[in-house]
Amino acid sequence: MSGAAIPHEGGVPHNDDGVPDPGEMGGIPRQAAPPAPRPPLSHALRDAGIAALVAAGLFVPLVGLRTDVASSGGGLIIRTRWADVAILVALVFGGRLLLNLWETLRPERRPRSARNTALLLRVGTWVAPALLIFALTFPALPGTTRYGLDLGILVLTYVMLGWGLNIVVGLAGLLDLGYVAFYAVGAYSYALLSTGFGWSFWVCLPLAGILAAFWGVLLGFPVLRLRGDYLAIVTLAFGEIIRIVLINWVSLTGGPNGVSGIPRPSFFGLSFSAGGGPGSFSDFFGLEPSPTHRVVFLYYLILALALLTNWVTLRLRRQPLGRAWEALREDEIACRALGINVTNTKLTAFAIGAMFGGFAGAFFATRQAFISPESFTFIESAIILAIVVLGGLGSQLGVALAALVMIGGFEAFRDLEEWRMLVFGGAMVVIMVWRPRGLVSTRTPSISLGKRKAISGDLVGEGHG
Amino acid sequence: MAYALQQLINGVALGMIYGLIAVGYTMVYGIIGMINFAHGDIFMVGAFVSLISFVLLTTGGWGAGPGAILLVLLVSMAVTALYGWSVERVAYRPLRGSFRLAPLISAIGMSIVLQNYVQVAQGARAKPIESVVTGSVELWHGNGFAVSISTMQALIVVVTLAVLAIFTWLVTKTSLGRAMRACEQDRKMAGLLGIDTDRTISITFVIGAALAAVAGTMYLLRYGVVHFSDGFLVGVKAFTAAVFGGIGSLPGAVLGGLLIGLIETFWSAYFSVQYKDVATFVILVITLVFMPTGLLGRAEVEKV
Repeated sequence: MSGAAIPHEGGVPHNDDGVPDPGEMGGIPRQAAPPAPRPPLSHALRDAGIAALVAAGLFVPLVGLRTDVASSGGGLIIRTRWADVAILVALVFGGRLLLNLWETLRPERRPRSARNTALLLRVGTWVAPALLIFALTFPALPGTTRYGLDLGILVLTYVMLGWGLNIVVGLAGLLDLGYVAFYAVGAYSYALLSTGFGWSFWVCLPLAGILAAFWGVLLGFPVLRLRGDYLAIVTLAFGEIIRIVLINWVSLTGGPNGVSGIPRPSFFGLSFSAGGGPGSFSDFFGLEPSPTHRVVFLYYLILALALLTNWVTLRLRRQPLGRAWEALREDEIACRALGINVTNTKLTAFAIGAMFGGFAGAFFATRQAFISPESFTFIESAIILAIVVLGGLGSQLGVALAALVMIGGFEAFRDLEEWRMLVFGGAMVVIMVWRPRGLVSTRTPSISLGKRKAISGDLVGEGHG
Repeated sequence: MAYALQQLINGVALGMIYGLIAVGYTMVYGIIGMINFAHGDIFMVGAFVSLISFVLLTTGGWGAGPGAILLVLLVSMAVTALYGWSVERVAYRPLRGSFRLAPLISAIGMSIVLQNYVQVAQGARAKPIESVVTGSVELWHGNGFAVSISTMQALIVVVTLAVLAIFTWLVTKTSLGRAMRACEQDRKMAGLLGIDTDRTISITFVIGAALAAVAGTMYLLRYGVVHFSDGFLVGVKAFTAAVFGGIGSLPGAVLGGLLIGLIETFWSAYFSVQYKDVATFVILVITLVFMPTGLLGRAEVEKV
């Protein structure tokens, strides 16, 4: 099954010529066009011209004619913005022209040599510990600001969510588009248990994980028979159902207003109150009371949770269960034939993936001290899935790097407000077109005879559902 | 009884809109086996293009007669088809033959891009227009409740049926339709027999987008307002309709759309409005779990 990585150049004829590319991200890394009968420059110009024409068709109505609600009366008025359209069209023309020229002028692409791959692998083994050391020492580094810590917490939350989803998607090959549902279950479990019964974070954390795992099994049951895209759309539906229930079940969840006043975690019973009274962290250790203590504590908490996820995943991969997951991803029918209980294997993947989602959710609730259904929309699921796929399915390091790039990059564009989502979506498309197998496209086999070798991501099955 | 009849009319009008979008999903799924996540947003782009055209027409003083509506429809179909084509060209074609998740992620990215592009270009506020088609016909007056069909609803039904008739002719009778069906059955073989598969797939996206534009125009006329995030939920529901009717089946998509529209309307009328989306999603789950081929779909034979 997995050997069926047919290079897509073969078989079906493509017409690279004549069909222009309207966008700026259409750099198609396919073989260079066949020896052009026309001089390359004029051809490139013509192609770019068509692209510009298409771009004009796209941008004139939606960018050029901006509708605004008139200040007098309720009607709409039109404001024209031809300058913006001209700039956009010129950008598309220039971008397409450069791409065309590059396609014809660049040297022929050679397959990456084995030595190159080995080098990458060696760098890979060195990157992971470096990242870990950096993550561990980050709060102590000079120049780390409160904002930096908050960003670190955010990135680590997504790293943890990515690793959790990686169990379901990357290892077991079950495409889950509703992962945020378990995140929500974890967050609401902690929020409601702590505000309703006054239970502490450390009691609720395992409970949140167990409840999320329970929901994972519950949602996993009906979808056991589904495969691929169907599974994706059903999990999406589950995610939305949970969100709609959270919005509408006002008596329990507070509806759209959410739950506020969620207690903060304590450090072995020592609180992080700003005043620094008796029984507080700063008082016990004789430190100057500072709000930074709590942030640093939260940072290490999420780091520990994320590393726990990673550790459990790595351990499980070597155990029968983890091997059954990967076997299931490669070929479900063969699994059945070999006597693997497919039902249990799938359900455990859902449950364990959901459990880590639940942990992350509980952490999110305690960090924010306020949660509402708005935090658990489909776009969150899409972002987490994007992190997993962009990082490279099944690659722990890749997921961490992707979370760093995506979330860090997303935050870097914070000033740009509505533009950053546009850039974010565009980045998803560009990275997929550029590297469909993700940023880290080599895998270490879970089991091997003799020396461990890296294998290409192309050889890894992606699961059938 | 009268109330139920009224809901039936409302449900059919809504279902037609879902059906039009569902056709786009089902065609793309049939031909390249991917969920075109951005299709719901293509629908939203169609609604926005119609909105802009309407505003242009009214400020230009050309009024809003039947001719204006037809013109708006055509403009919206043309521009939206261009969007559909570009999306395929930029985000999906480079990934053809790549692994299965890649186009899905790319489609989700494209969906985010389209939504936020419209938000940046047209602003985050919901855009209202004055109602263009007004008036209604009272069909029946029974115990204090009048059953009426508004001109708008009649228009939706008529336009949808006309568009679907043209489309059915296109798929069943023309050589283009034959090429599309051939690609659906076996893309590689179709390519070997001289069908330009890339072009056929592009045209599939163009047609799907044009139908979505019709749906967008009807949606705008019916509800009088459009927001950049409208595409997602409508898209998911239309996809539900496509799955419900049997993905890959064109009559199934329309049937599924109608049923989803009816179920949603009746659910809102008799149970609760808040949970109407839950009803749709529950149907989706139940259909997929117990009847994965949908109402009119073919059973998929699994080869080992």
